[in-house]
Amino acid sequence: MSVRHGLLALLMSAPKYGYQLRAEFEAAAGGTWPLNIGQVYTTLHRLERDGLVRALEGTDDGQRPYEITGQGRDELGRWLLTPLPRELQARSELALKVSLAVSVGADVPTVLQVQRRATIELLQTLRANRQAEEPAGPPGTGPWAGNYPADALAADALAFAAEAEVHWLDHAEATLKRAARRPAPRAGAISPTSTGKGQAPTAKDQARKGTT
Amino acid sequence: MTDRPSTPLSTAEPVVRLDHVTKTYRRGTEQVVALDEVSLEVAAGELVAVMGPSGSGKSTLLNIAGGLDSVTAGSVWVCGRQLQNMGPNELAQLRRRVVGYVFQELNLVPSLTAAENVALPLELDGLRPGPARRCALEALEAAGLAATAALFPDELSGGQQQQVAIARALVGQRRLLLADEPTGALDSATGDLVLASLRARCDAGVGAIVVTHQPRHAAWADRVVFLRDGALVDDPRSELWPAPPGPGGGTARAAGPVRG
Repeated sequence: MSVRHGLLALLMSAPKYGYQLRAEFEAAAGGTWPLNIGQVYTTLHRLERDGLVRALEGTDDGQRPYEITGQGRDELGRWLLTPLPRELQARSELALKVSLAVSVGADVPTVLQVQRRATIELLQTLRANRQAEEPAGPPGTGPWAGNYPADALAADALAFAAEAEVHWLDHAEATLKRAARRPAPRAGAISPTSTGKGQAPTAKDQARKGTT
Repeated sequence: MTDRPSTPLSTAEPVVRLDHVTKTYRRGTEQVVALDEVSLEVAAGELVAVMGPSGSGKSTLLNIAGGLDSVTAGSVWVCGRQLQNMGPNELAQLRRRVVGYVFQELNLVPSLTAAENVALPLELDGLRPGPARRCALEALEAAGLAATAALFPDELSGGQQQQVAIARALVGQRRLLLADEPTGALDSATGDLVLASLRARCDAGVGAIVVTHQPRHAAWADRVVFLRDGALVDDPRSELWPAPPGPGGGTARAAGPVRG
């Protein structure tokens, strides 16, 4: 994502000034993406150079509004219809931490629980902020306030990522619990397991271990 | 309808209090510990979410809090009255008048309208149909559900059905709401509406326990507690290294004999 496309989108409804664009961009991002005004003007100048926006006549106090061009609309459409590359978010510090917790022999459910508690607390905060913006009255019955649904969706994206993290923590805990019930693969220390069933995965796990 | 509980319900006490509750049962030859020394209090106006993997004892906790199941050890108080000291009639009356239940689905009687469903617990408790119906309509209106009054459950959306179920669970003067996966059958945004209904009832003074798998919905609670293997998970930081590390393990090495 670039700030470029954000500004183009905001210019679709009407010509706007730099400060106005900054405020609207930050609201649309749910406060997760602060911009400085210099960045906004640099971007506007590049958009103008590329023919995607055009500067209009300035007002008395020297402010110049910008409007989107036909080419700008085409560029915005292309961006909206291009999927984002997934690999951007492939690296996960949490996954690495949990994996290391397993290898150092820490009590992994405790590590998972500390993270789970913190993430649920983040969700509680996001939920409270959201409720504060919603109109009063019985749930789901009041009119939308201001730019409510559009702006709240950006904050919701954060909530869904947090939620996915909790689901992964639950999954990790369940997987570790199941794994703990299986005989441990230990090179040179194979003891006959109580059931014949345990033998096969042990050998298989060892083979897998050998390849890493 | 006019007979009163033998001891008045306290408004100063927690709405529900579990004190070192243990529940075991037998499955085949095996003794299963469903709850292990669980202590939990819910104040009036408080919404507590219970999370935990399947089989961790969440539903057992709800059943015991609502007097639907007995304890093996420990005690349960609802509005200051200990359930273990109650006779069966008294307990049944408490379940009818003080506690409301909402389940994942199939909460409503399909052949009755929303208003009739909400009036049902009042009529079962001896209130005449007229006043029961008036009371039900008021409850639906307060929940923003007036438009559903004359509709049958199959004419309502899943979210509306659960909202009507909450209105029914709390009609009259009931003080404790126990909800077992009330959003389990709903999409996320509809589940939010149901939790918003629950939240509103708590803000008006009801105490509630909601069991959920969904972090988003647990986030509506004032407090989220976690059950694991029948026990509440407390501050876990003290138990990071549960067993002394074996040879080559980390932290205890400094205190042990130096190897090599």
